[in-house]
Amino acid sequence: MTEQAYNFAYLDEQTKRMIRRAILKGLAIPGYQVPFASREMPMPYGWGTGGVQVSAAVLCPEDRMKVIDQGADDTTNAVSIRSFFERTAGVETTTSTAEASVIQTRHRVPEMALSEGQILVYQVPIPEPLRFLEPRESETRKMHSLEEYGLMHVKLYEDIARHGHIATAYAYPVKVEGRYVMDPSPIPKFDNPKLSDCAAIQLFGAGREQRIYALPPYTSVVSLDFEDHPFEASKPDHPCGLCGAEDSYLDEVIMDDAGGRMFVCSDTDFCEARRLAGHKGKDAA
Amino acid sequence: MTDQPLLSVRNISRHYGAHIGCEDVSFDLYPGEVMGIVGESGSGKSTLLNCMAGHLTPDRGQVVFDTRADGPRDTVTMSEPERRMLSRTDWAFVHQHARDGLRMGVSAGGNVGERLMAVGARNYGDIRTKATDWLGRVEIDATRIDDRPSTFSGGMQQRLQIARNLVTGPRLVFMDEPTGGLDVSVQARLLDLLRGLVRDMGLSAVIVTHDLAVVRLLADRLMVMKSGRVVEQGLTDQVLDDPQHGYTQLLVSSVLQV
Amino acid sequence: MYVAVKGGERAIENAHAWLAEERRGDPSVPELTIAQIREQLSLSVNRVMAEGSLYDPDLAALAIKQARGDLIEAVFLIRAYRTTLPRFGASAPVATADMACDRRVSATFKDVPGGQVLGPTFDYTHRLLDFKLAAEGETPPAPQREADPAPVPHVTGFLNQEGLIEEAPHDDTPPPDLTREPLKMPADRSLRLQALSRADEGFTLGLAYSTQRGYGRNHAFVGELRIGTVPVEMEIPELGFAIEIGEVTLTECETVNQFTGSKTEPPQFTRGYGLVFGQTERKAISMALVDRALRWEELGEDDTGAPAQDAEFVLYHADNIQATGFLEHIKLPHYVDFQSELELVRKLRRDVQSTQTKEAAE
Repeated sequence: MTEQAYNFAYLDEQTKRMIRRAILKGLAIPGYQVPFASREMPMPYGWGTGGVQVSAAVLCPEDRMKVIDQGADDTTNAVSIRSFFERTAGVETTTSTAEASVIQTRHRVPEMALSEGQILVYQVPIPEPLRFLEPRESETRKMHSLEEYGLMHVKLYEDIARHGHIATAYAYPVKVEGRYVMDPSPIPKFDNPKLSDCAAIQLFGAGREQRIYALPPYTSVVSLDFEDHPFEASKPDHPCGLCGAEDSYLDEVIMDDAGGRMFVCSDTDFCEARRLAGHKGKDAA
Repeated sequence: MTDQPLLSVRNISRHYGAHIGCEDVSFDLYPGEVMGIVGESGSGKSTLLNCMAGHLTPDRGQVVFDTRADGPRDTVTMSEPERRMLSRTDWAFVHQHARDGLRMGVSAGGNVGERLMAVGARNYGDIRTKATDWLGRVEIDATRIDDRPSTFSGGMQQRLQIARNLVTGPRLVFMDEPTGGLDVSVQARLLDLLRGLVRDMGLSAVIVTHDLAVVRLLADRLMVMKSGRVVEQGLTDQVLDDPQHGYTQLLVSSVLQV
Repeated sequence: MYVAVKGGERAIENAHAWLAEERRGDPSVPELTIAQIREQLSLSVNRVMAEGSLYDPDLAALAIKQARGDLIEAVFLIRAYRTTLPRFGASAPVATADMACDRRVSATFKDVPGGQVLGPTFDYTHRLLDFKLAAEGETPPAPQREADPAPVPHVTGFLNQEGLIEEAPHDDTPPPDLTREPLKMPADRSLRLQALSRADEGFTLGLAYSTQRGYGRNHAFVGELRIGTVPVEMEIPELGFAIEIGEVTLTECETVNQFTGSKTEPPQFTRGYGLVFGQTERKAISMALVDRALRWEELGEDDTGAPAQDAEFVLYHADNIQATGFLEHIKLPHYVDFQSELELVRKLRRDVQSTQTKEAAE
């Protein structure tokens, strides 16, 4: 049931128009961070307010929405955001990646390839890929506008010099269409290749930091690296204990005090669909 | 020397309120030439240097640089992206305090490599080889490549700053009191090193200093500044051995050599 | 056998039910009313209105009740509610010179036209616990006198007559609106003041205190502190004139700061300004000190690198709703990023160990 006291999807139409303008600008300049007047939402900053505002601005009554956090539909924050849209927009919700028209996510890209017509909305905590190299917003904006990205590679250089590898495991920076360096949000680097040449629209919302950025369908997205230390989309070297998948990102679950653990798909919908299709991992009943 | 100046400074003035920073300074610098600018503190030499290097906007005047792509261009009116591009490719700036010119939280190798990466170097092995080579050229032991400059002595930091600046083979180097703040023995070694680099690389440079020993060793020509204005200029030996202006005479005879 | 955790929804519902029960506390103790909070915890109400940027004592009291007395949580409720309110227009600037003052003190002059009025202040109370309050006794009425109808002009105005204090030039440019536009740097003074007015009291106090201890020192005197009510007027386009739509209590603080002059400015006194909803004296004074510290650039002062001089640092970290949300979000699941870190640390450890083994073997 929709709560009548609030407008469709909570935000008033004027605010939604303002956000849509930011989204359109973002789509027109892939990877560029568009400032927008983020509103105070009834959930805390840092808990997906950017993603929620972007979703609210793109949702239509006939949409079917899926919300995942850490790849799963049933983590508490995913449940909370899904029920927010059920209450305020009354849209249909689903856990099926294939059936969803709008998917809001935190920290993962679904395993299943997305298709045209779908929108993937990422929640972003710190949109600025240069932030931990240069804390000043005025300076980082200048670095973007002048394409001064040497510092980004200095960071990767330092990783290799110190550790022998690029020690960035998530929120691994990418370059969009050969122009803007972008933070893909804190997804594991395993997910980075899925961003490139994706059929769906990808939108990124950072509420607290008041930024929106976007990737239109089929945008080229390249993870930064060195020729002799190429980017590697790594994941735990195990099959899923439940569905046996070899190519999905895995959660490590501690089973007992003796150090027993198992690995299971982080994408719950992907795992369930495989099990329904008869796939079975070594730990499945 | 060719006919075309590498840098042509025309009528540069910069005021701070009613106070004169520098007034109506003009000179030409030809490829391979080192220009020394001397004067006591407050004479306007640092203001002038910062106006030339694009760190300060002059109130009046032109700083024309002979760019590789488009020939002579006024860098004062050039767009900021173009100017920043220049300062990370064809220009270099050596600060008096190494801290201002280095990233103290980044290893020595990363410091030297940054300019290479800024212009597109993407091969870790190559960057490292170049960085190692440059550490050697400024007499820093290759085993220190992964150490941060904060663990270096003052003299080493300054040499690292020089390596970081010269690694991309800039055509023009601005130096602001490069030996200031260093012990006398350390200064001597640094000067020796700089002289070698200037000679070997055929560097063009503008060096601002209050230390006449520095210009005596490094500069082909000399400008003497007082209260924001140039009071005398000429070949270094000529100016130092036969100063014409009273202020220069005072400067040469006094014990300003710190 | 492992079954993936389910039932987030139930867990959330149950947590909310428990929370409601804890909020109520022991049901044998009478429940607080909104009016009680509004009247008896009025300084909490004022803080929630100020940092929530919404002048409504009843709503603020409700928020405090709902938040179990957690004032930042209450501010959050007010902010979220405020977002949904339609905006009809902007009021005319309030005339604080015409304030009906409950309190008005100046630290720079012994006496001033309009007089020094202590008002309801904690200032000279001895901080001794008053056990009579525990016994719920009646409070005897305070002595009264006729209000003095004489005007209470701003103290800084007297300095201005001598030209001893910088002019505050009249400016009719509509200020940017922090709640409708993204915060942009560099921020001009009106935007900075707006952000400071709703900034966290504790953060502002800490910054102000740091300037007093030498981090961006600007030697402030409280030229004037006034607390009282001012009418709020709004221009109604259909009417063509302004009508009074209500009254708000404000705290205004103007500091007078010593200034020996700079390259661009002559020696004179300079101003720091604080204006906050409600009786919020500590916040208003803090705001004035931080405002003054942030003005170093326009006054041609040196950047000493003090936190209170750094507008980006101050403005990006002053909002407690942004801060608390981001701080607390680290409680949310981070399995995925943690998993990737786990893999990385294992890999790095393997590398180190294999190097060590190799070295040992050699």
